[in-house]
Amino acid sequence: MTSKVYSDDVSLAVVVVDTNPFFWASAALPFADFFAHLIHYVNSLLLLNHLNHVVVIATGVSSCTYIFDSSDASASGSADVAATFAKASRKIEEFIAQDARCTASNGSVADSNSASLLSGALSLALCYIQRVFRSGTRHPQPRILCLQGSPDGPEQYVAVMNSIFSAQRSMVPIDSCIVGAQDSAFLQQASYITSGVYLKPQELSGLFQYLAAVFATDLHSRTFLRLPKTLGVDFRASCFCHKKTIDMGYVCSVCLSIFCKYHKKCSTCGSEFNRVMPDLNSMPDQRQ
Amino acid sequence: MYGGGGGGGGFNAPSTASGRRRNQEDEEEEEEEAGEGRVLEAWERAYADDRSWEALQEDDSGLLRPIDTKTLVHAQYRRRLLLRSAATAAARIQKGLIRYLYIVIDLSRAASEMDYRPSRMAVVAKHAEAFIREFFDQNPLSHVGIVTIKDGICHRLTEIGGSPESQIKALMGKLECSGDSSLQNALELVHGYLDQVPSYGHKEILILYSALNTCDPGDIMETIEKCKKSKIRCSIIGLAAEIFICKHICEETGGSYTIALDESHFKELLLEHAPPSPAIAEYAAANLIKMGFPQRGAEDLISICSCHKKIKSGAEGYICPRCKVNVCELPTECRTCGLTLVSSPHLARSYHHLFPVQPFDEVSSIYPNKLGQKGGQKCYGCQQSFINPDSQSSLHVRCPKCNQHFCLDCDIYIHESLHNCPGCESQRSSSS
Repeated sequence: MTSKVYSDDVSLAVVVVDTNPFFWASAALPFADFFAHLIHYVNSLLLLNHLNHVVVIATGVSSCTYIFDSSDASASGSADVAATFAKASRKIEEFIAQDARCTASNGSVADSNSASLLSGALSLALCYIQRVFRSGTRHPQPRILCLQGSPDGPEQYVAVMNSIFSAQRSMVPIDSCIVGAQDSAFLQQASYITSGVYLKPQELSGLFQYLAAVFATDLHSRTFLRLPKTLGVDFRASCFCHKKTIDMGYVCSVCLSIFCKYHKKCSTCGSEFNRVMPDLNSMPDQRQ
Repeated sequence: MYGGGGGGGGFNAPSTASGRRRNQEDEEEEEEEAGEGRVLEAWERAYADDRSWEALQEDDSGLLRPIDTKTLVHAQYRRRLLLRSAATAAARIQKGLIRYLYIVIDLSRAASEMDYRPSRMAVVAKHAEAFIREFFDQNPLSHVGIVTIKDGICHRLTEIGGSPESQIKALMGKLECSGDSSLQNALELVHGYLDQVPSYGHKEILILYSALNTCDPGDIMETIEKCKKSKIRCSIIGLAAEIFICKHICEETGGSYTIALDESHFKELLLEHAPPSPAIAEYAAANLIKMGFPQRGAEDLISICSCHKKIKSGAEGYICPRCKVNVCELPTECRTCGLTLVSSPHLARSYHHLFPVQPFDEVSSIYPNKLGQKGGQKCYGCQQSFINPDSQSSLHVRCPKCNQHFCLDCDIYIHESLHNCPGCESQRSSSS
């Protein structure tokens, strides 16, 4: 294994696939077509460089799992398109059935609460990438691609942000391709912070073209390309009390909860505030 | 370059980080030699640099063996982790997330001692740099300033501020040592500065002390009393030996006093000060801080930034929501109106201190070596098999919440960097 010569254009691509049934039931692109696009994309990555390494992680409503690992597959022979497709599709079918059972047995999940477990999938991907980092000083360059359709789950905010910062620290870009109708604020931040590419294709029937043109190039070649630029990401916070987006607010010094108005007591951590110094400075507030 | 890419602020994968450190050491070594005018032979250097004998250990039969560093490192890490979680488990302890820290670096005569290679001063500077980067990574809302002691006089190298680069640059430019050191002068000076910080901030002093004596102009006990009254927490890391007065300072002000045994131990002790310590409630008054969340300006807006006085387009900077002045980077304080400017990811970066991942339980190989048993014999995070070449299940850990098994490497990564349990995050029930 160690004798492999990794040049700077060898990639480890971890693809996170959203299999949320609530989303795919009403999606413009049928899941079967989407999956075919995905398989072609995975195969083209493997064909670009024989050392390229692709891992696919599926994220459902109630669980996440590894679907495909090209290092396992290549052990049994060359990456045959048909064999890869058959194996991966069987695995993903099993996973979707399993996930549906989990969701059904876990009665608390309502139809409206249809976010996928992005935080879990990102955590798994990062653990896998750390393993590759440990394998030696020469290793393929890792990146993560999230194919997401379902909306963000606000309860995952802290976990997703933790994953993003960890990815940033290890210099792993998180690319995102949105296959749903609405933009994902989580993934916009993820791609912006980790300097990955964020793309929301207009024409989903040509998904493979987008994947091949934008997300298939290795990180070294990326520097020579004109990839879609991430537009300005809104880094304003929303207050905990009314969920309004604010550009100025009060932050609890103990637990960093954000409020839009001055409170006497923090509703999150229960600290009482003494009004000795309501403002950092006595400048008159021009906005009020 | 392949490994890690040149840029980035010292965040690196473990494997490449060690390589880089090696390089830095080599560079410093060369500089040092150039200064002395003596060049070591290549074969000499190989021994002097690596200290290869230190990585050997005698076993029961008196044979020399390389130290099994992996299990050692993991055992060490677990000790630290359990210590930390035991401290936080006791009731709901607050953490001082907004810290005002002065790093005091002793540049007296003692700092030129060569017991650390190439000198105490160089080692302190190198690790102080790493510490400052790590500190800002973990405490994005905090502030750091640097003070040096030289010739018995203290000198403020940098104003307390939020940008790691300017601090590091200032420190690296001023590395020379002479004269005596004075703890009292240092405490007096820093006390004066820290008295001005807002009451919600946690005031801390971290002294990296090389000398074995202190040459003070007055009664240091009074100064310690003063610091205690101002609720300044003083911690000291000694490079030589334990001194009574240092211990007294730390005990009085609630800080920690540690002595480094060698370079790697020094680094470890220093980095222990990076995560926020459990706060003593009366040390900092809880308060609501007014903060601004600025947005990037429009592309066609040309203005002069308030930090560098350069002409910038709006898209390069952020616009203060109160006074509309252009600032280059976040987090910062608006130069014009004094509003603290942050972005929401800066706040989110600190949340993991409030919701830490529980320590995992160690699982020794209770399963006999059943090679046929799949699934359970793999690390849930990285899919690495627990079965080593001699077909024995190796030591691994288990999350008490989701019962998933993890390998030791993932255990360290999850607790030190990721701050998420992949198993718990991959379950719906935990979040609802």
